[in-house]
Amino acid sequence: MSTVSWITARGLFGRRRFLLLLPLPALLLVLAIVSRSLGVDPGQWGPPVLVGLGLAVVLPVVALIVGTGVLGAEIDDGTVVHILTKPLPRWQIVLPKLAVATGVSAATVAVPLYVAGVLADSVRLGLGLAAASALGALAYSALFLVLSLLTRRPVLLGLVYVLIWEGLLGRFVDGTKVLSIQQWVIAIADRIAPTELLGTTVSVPVAAVLTALVAIGSTILAIDRLRSFSVAGETS
Amino acid sequence: MTTISAGPQAAAPTTPASTLDLAGVSRWYGNVVAVNDVTMRLGPGVTGLLGPNGAGKTTLLHMMAGFLAPSRGAVTLDGEPTWRNPDVYRRLGLVSEREAVHAFLSAYEFVLASAKLHRLPDPAAAARRAIDLVEMADAQDRRIGTYSKGMRQRTRVAAALVHDPQVLLLDEPFNGMDPRQRLHMMALLHRLGDAGRTILFSSHILEEVEQVSGTVQVMVAGRLAASGDYRTIRRLMTNRPHVFAVRSTDDRALAVALIAEPSVTGVELGRDGLTVRAGDYGAFTRALPKIALARGIRVRSLTPEDESLESVFSYLVGS
Repeated sequence: MSTVSWITARGLFGRRRFLLLLPLPALLLVLAIVSRSLGVDPGQWGPPVLVGLGLAVVLPVVALIVGTGVLGAEIDDGTVVHILTKPLPRWQIVLPKLAVATGVSAATVAVPLYVAGVLADSVRLGLGLAAASALGALAYSALFLVLSLLTRRPVLLGLVYVLIWEGLLGRFVDGTKVLSIQQWVIAIADRIAPTELLGTTVSVPVAAVLTALVAIGSTILAIDRLRSFSVAGETS
Repeated sequence: MTTISAGPQAAAPTTPASTLDLAGVSRWYGNVVAVNDVTMRLGPGVTGLLGPNGAGKTTLLHMMAGFLAPSRGAVTLDGEPTWRNPDVYRRLGLVSEREAVHAFLSAYEFVLASAKLHRLPDPAAAARRAIDLVEMADAQDRRIGTYSKGMRQRTRVAAALVHDPQVLLLDEPFNGMDPRQRLHMMALLHRLGDAGRTILFSSHILEEVEQVSGTVQVMVAGRLAASGDYRTIRRLMTNRPHVFAVRSTDDRALAVALIAEPSVTGVELGRDGLTVRAGDYGAFTRALPKIALARGIRVRSLTPEDESLESVFSYLVGS
């Protein structure tokens, strides 16, 4: 484990906001287990729990907390200066941080989604959801990581994207779905495990290409922005 | 580019000393000019960057450390720009003013992480050496979150020194330190300067600079107001006209006596006492008690009226 990822992970788990990660995946698990044990038809509880809660809320919110935490929290409290005053090419800072963010988000979301998928339909659906949400975690993490370098309010902007763009506009304006990580994740999961429970208008090739584009583009932009990182002027 | 070789007294004579150059450097934020056309060269030894709060010291330090792009001009370390060039951190260490440390790590873990990020051949030994240098060995395994401000500051200095940089920049390093820690930090900076390192520290307190460095750069309102040997600048400061408010049992009689005193350049009698202008601070403050005693006058209060740093600095700018 590189020193950057070690410090990042220690910082992530050492902050209290890490605890925010736990309730949402737990709620997802509880709902899936309760619905299954009560014998409710998976066609009824599957879409709202798997997509409505799991992919539309738990995945982006967890990725938002972690993705803005790995770099944004260090920028906020100034500790980022310690890592930046080292003779490291900036990609050696961005990539480990992205890896930690993706890994933590994917692990936090994929496990409950896998269980919920198994309970709703099959192991294949569980695996499909887990794999697609891991890819989604990568795209979200890269996006939220670069947001913390582009703005001083990355959490707010991230929430606007998740709630307004993906949540609200995605529901009423069909065209916005093409530019929605949530829809890409659904398309990829549906491709791995075709089921009635998942449905999207976005095609799989489009979803795959756009996921890669967002992940790679955000990462390259983050590396470049970090090279020009300025400490906020304190003299007025 | 100029590289000055370290003298025989240098601790590491194999590594050449570094020179930090600022050429016509300005930095503005919108309409506000924070640093205005500063040119300076910093070589081996300890230099104090002195100036009142808001003079642009931190902005200047950030540009030197590669954390801010100059709006105009160039900042170079041995000829290489510091902006967008992480390689300079092989030779440069920074202790920023903001007290930001990873509170969840111990001092040893923190300094060791710095050593590893520098890819030092023996990070553990380098971390121990740096921690010993700042006398933090006893507390090195406690979490940084439990430290006093001075201890955190020393930990940050250890992390900045772990790779034995040629240039060390410190922003207000004595803030929050108790007198013993200050003395210790001053001695450390002296040693590093004597060993051929280029040390620059900022401060808004004259006495700190006086005790640590012989060379100062004085900044006022974004400009470099004075530059050079501290004693010369100090003399300029002490020889400037001083204004005192004096209240006594007989202001009029005291005024008559004071105007005959050579160090006094003017006396004004007001309702609340005297306003005295003196050309020589020391001579006047020594003469006043004698004059009052000889005339049987009791001095109730003596208040220097323009002792704020800002007035000292603005006098420097005017001179």
